[in-house]
Amino acid sequence: MSEKTIERPTTDEAALAKEIEADEKAAARQASLLKDGWADLRKRPMFIVSGLVILLLLALAVAPGLFTARSPFSDGFCQLQNSMTPPTSGHLFGYDVQGCDIYTRTVYGARNSIIVGVVTTIATTLIGGLVGMLAGLIGGWIDALLSRVTEVFSALPLLVGGLLIMSIWGGGDVWSVSLIMAVLGWPQVFRIMRGEVISNKYNDYVAAARALGAGSGRIAFRHILPNTLAPVIVITTMNLGVYIAAEAALSYLGIGIQYPNISWGLMISDAQDRFLTSPHALLFPAGALSITVLAFIMLGDVVRDAFDPKMR
Amino acid sequence: MAETTKATEPGDATPNVSPLEVADVHSVEEKVAALDAPVERGEPILQVRNLVKHFPLTQGIIVKRHVGAVKAVDGVSFDLYQGETLGIVGESGCGKSTVAKVLMNLEKATAGEVFYKGQDITKLSGRALKAVRRNIQMIFQDPYTSLNPRMTVGDIIGEPFDIHPEVAPKGDRRQRVRELLDVVGLNPEYINRYPHQFSGGQRQRIGIARGLALNPEVIICDEPVSALDVSVQAQVINLMERLQDEFNLSYVFIAHDLSIVRHISDRVGVMYLGRIAEIGSDEQIYEHPTHPYTQALLSAVPVPDPDAREGRERIILTGDVPSPANPPSGCSFRTRCWKAQDKCAEETPLLAVPERFKGVDTPAAHESACHFAEEKDVVHAG
Repeated sequence: MSEKTIERPTTDEAALAKEIEADEKAAARQASLLKDGWADLRKRPMFIVSGLVILLLLALAVAPGLFTARSPFSDGFCQLQNSMTPPTSGHLFGYDVQGCDIYTRTVYGARNSIIVGVVTTIATTLIGGLVGMLAGLIGGWIDALLSRVTEVFSALPLLVGGLLIMSIWGGGDVWSVSLIMAVLGWPQVFRIMRGEVISNKYNDYVAAARALGAGSGRIAFRHILPNTLAPVIVITTMNLGVYIAAEAALSYLGIGIQYPNISWGLMISDAQDRFLTSPHALLFPAGALSITVLAFIMLGDVVRDAFDPKMR
Repeated sequence: MAETTKATEPGDATPNVSPLEVADVHSVEEKVAALDAPVERGEPILQVRNLVKHFPLTQGIIVKRHVGAVKAVDGVSFDLYQGETLGIVGESGCGKSTVAKVLMNLEKATAGEVFYKGQDITKLSGRALKAVRRNIQMIFQDPYTSLNPRMTVGDIIGEPFDIHPEVAPKGDRRQRVRELLDVVGLNPEYINRYPHQFSGGQRQRIGIARGLALNPEVIICDEPVSALDVSVQAQVINLMERLQDEFNLSYVFIAHDLSIVRHISDRVGVMYLGRIAEIGSDEQIYEHPTHPYTQALLSAVPVPDPDAREGRERIILTGDVPSPANPPSGCSFRTRCWKAQDKCAEETPLLAVPERFKGVDTPAAHESACHFAEEKDVVHAG
């Protein structure tokens, strides 16, 4: 097309030919949102930083033994005479009230905390996302029914609901804690997803796809889903930190993860009473939690931007 | 409900209808095959009969009671001939876009039929409907919402081939998309770009390319240029005219801009409150309107000649368009019409050639739904 040549201020033939060649090369490549998004993602420093932090956290969760020579489950790990000793050489994070090394416990606590955070986030996103999409797409009485069911779940406060479910089923390990939080947490994702689907499904591009003869599967997954994910990604990555912290609240009430299991939430709730006299016991596990949450939020943010063509 | 004088009921296989269609086409294969049969130029390709679309109004939370209906389209009939452009004009809310949606089967018709090559497409579903979709496509009004922002241009224009794989073999599709871009006047190298990187006019060209991908015979254009700048409107209109000649397309062109409709249309239908008030060739409608509503609409068109403007009569309508949920009895235009008499409230005027013009060789002898249809030249000095 001539538009291209008009734009060019230069008449340098060689440069022109080179540019045309580059254009043709670019057009020969078959772009798609996924490919473009991934190519863009790899170039973003925020993605690399958050990715590395998350890899490190995963390594901590999978093989804590690599990061510390001590084991929090060995005999004589906790020495009461060390109670609340501030950071010293060899024990850079200091000791907690029981005289246990905080560094080792933080390393070993990563696994439970990350499992709770990640599992709950995935579960709420899947349940809330799927049910929300169904309600938004089908509408009518199915939407009304699903919305009422969600309201029942969201009417239960986390702590009351947690107490209720735990007293019925027992538990106290990561999986039951994740389950409780997933059951009580999915309505939030549901509401966002349902709203997004409803606001997108009346767009003309959906009508255009239907006019072409597209089936409901193609419309749901090719057209509506990619346009609804951005707010869902934001809310779920932010919730990941909330879930890790909420696990601490459950533990505090005796229905979350219990001794001798370790989690950051448990360590934080133990240390907060003595924050003024020995802040180190709180700061180190809380710092680990903050870094984790930050890494996931950064990842969510950067993924959201990379898969939005307008943000590139 | 308005009835047509063209009393041909296509189901009866009257001579008006091409011989292909007809009652004993039963299996899906036969139906699909019939849909692909060619139609001669000048033959009706789309026949709309008494099309009705009512949107129910409900009350109550658990048990929904019907308390009425918005009569968006209330008995519309027209023929679209092969290779022609039928313009449909009317003010906002008169049901133009609903007609487009029902024609596209995006909304189910409440009653009435749309015959495409003799088959009533309002009753089709599944494979037969998919086959119809290959032949009837649509161009949307708003180029900013009609393209999925998260798909590349290549994916958007190539999607028709994913849905109808029989149209283009897999290896060919990229090439076809590039050709389509070229046909609508876009650089084929833009194939990997996203919609937001284009201007409104370029986006509308992408929408047109998508509509053309399946080689349709009929394109329903729902206000295709009203969201564009005036300078770009002309480009897109010219493109559409060029494509019509090149691909032998038939257009239903819906718009509220009278001058654009006149420019592109062979015939024009004027809609008011869900019904067609007057229909005829563009000359008949613009130079010899007989329906008071058409006359009022035309008298509002700006005239670029100060002298003529001084001389001509302006018809100023008073009041608002009545609610389509509760249209007036009889003629729906009578509440704003200066000619209205008791008869207008009692008797619904049919869309027909007015008695007084019957058998007379005058351009005023075209279908007009008015008891007191008479010619009035409003465009020129009155």
